[in-house]
Amino acid sequence: MNDILQGLSAAFWLVVSLDSELIDISLRSLRVTLTALVISCIIAVPLGAYLAVQRFRYRRLVIAGINALMGLPPVVVGLVVYLLLSRSGPFGVFGLLFTPTAMIIAQVIIITPLIASIAHQAIRELWAEYHDLLISLNTTKWQRIKTLIWDGRRNLLTAALAGFGRAIGEVGAIMIVGGNIDNVTRVLTTAIALETGKGDFALALGLGFVLIGLSMIVSITIHSLSRTEREGRW
Amino acid sequence: MTQMLPLTLTDVVVRRRGKRIIGPVTHRLEQGPPTIVIGPNGSGKTTLLRVIHGIERISTGQVNWTHDAPDQQAFVFQNPIVLRRTVAENLAYPLRLAGVDKAEIISRVTTWLARIGLDALANTAATRLSGGERQKLAIARALIRTPQVLFLDEPCANLDGHTTREIEALLSETATAGTRLIMATHNMGQARRLAGDVIFMLNGKIHESGAANYIMNTPQTSELKSFFQGDIVT
Repeated sequence: MNDILQGLSAAFWLVVSLDSELIDISLRSLRVTLTALVISCIIAVPLGAYLAVQRFRYRRLVIAGINALMGLPPVVVGLVVYLLLSRSGPFGVFGLLFTPTAMIIAQVIIITPLIASIAHQAIRELWAEYHDLLISLNTTKWQRIKTLIWDGRRNLLTAALAGFGRAIGEVGAIMIVGGNIDNVTRVLTTAIALETGKGDFALALGLGFVLIGLSMIVSITIHSLSRTEREGRW
Repeated sequence: MTQMLPLTLTDVVVRRRGKRIIGPVTHRLEQGPPTIVIGPNGSGKTTLLRVIHGIERISTGQVNWTHDAPDQQAFVFQNPIVLRRTVAENLAYPLRLAGVDKAEIISRVTTWLARIGLDALANTAATRLSGGERQKLAIARALIRTPQVLFLDEPCANLDGHTTREIEALLSETATAGTRLIMATHNMGQARRLAGDVIFMLNGKIHESGAANYIMNTPQTSELKSFFQGDIVT
């Protein structure tokens, strides 16, 4: 209990004193996670919509595969990305290991199946509702996908927020591919792991509370900016 | 504009899971006053409309339009499908699909909003409309591209008398303006008010058809007589 109170106190002072290292780490966390989220959404949302609308031979297999990948162990992802980006790996020439880009790549691999799966589920339900109308209006496949993504944006936002939640809290993979280098690849989760390892539980908890607060602020901001609950002008 | 009609159905059969839903159906539809499809529940009225419109696959037979133009047809479903958008955006949607320019879209949407009495609800989410308002919106959305042929599947089922009267007036105006109406209904009063021709479906086949005045006053078969008397016909 004492540790938690000290953690809250540490978090409070870190925020109030505008600790430059905390701001640096927090901004890096946000930059890496939001970049990964945007890239994942660009891949996963159209993929989910396509799987909902298009019938093809191995569709069920692909959906089952994506669902299975939702449970991908981040440490394994980190290890594979590490091997691919290491000097002796196929992409070693790009020198991406221990950079924020490597962390983004790992996060994209981890959250894309999650977002695609939730997006597919949401769009499949909307497609069942719209099916007859969109077929009747003689829409092209691309028009259907665009319509379903736009009209299903509220549920897709939930998918994106789930991806954001998983990415911002991720530690295993980004620790491996980022290396937790101070001022370069250190983010909130890896900093928490480091401070815990050093036995500074108060600071680790403080960073943890900052992480939770940041996550909630981003979620609320995205939700309110999307204006999903309001009516709009056409 | 090239005329789509006459339409010829030749030995059309629809089977689902080994069960015959309709057919064989052979019929010819000319340009003219509204055709009303009547018949007991499960007789194949809806399937016949969907087959002609092209949103239901046929198992055997042929559906031949004189000039096949899917964008010149529209369908109004029994349970109106509204997009998760505002009322005005719902009306604008088919026009956007057709690539109509923005000024024309605004002009036509404004006209139709006033015509169906929903101008005050232009910026309201369509999902918040009542059943009658939704159906009026669905009909307006179907008519906004001025189709040559409009299919309606029980458009006034579950609606109050006032809304039914409004919709019938709109449909009469539409028919007078040259759009060919093909409508399934259970409502014999409505059939009498709107019909030019009548098709009586029974067990998936066209049991009797012809000019409304003739069919309704002198039914040729005992099944149609029983149907008009309100008996259960199988």
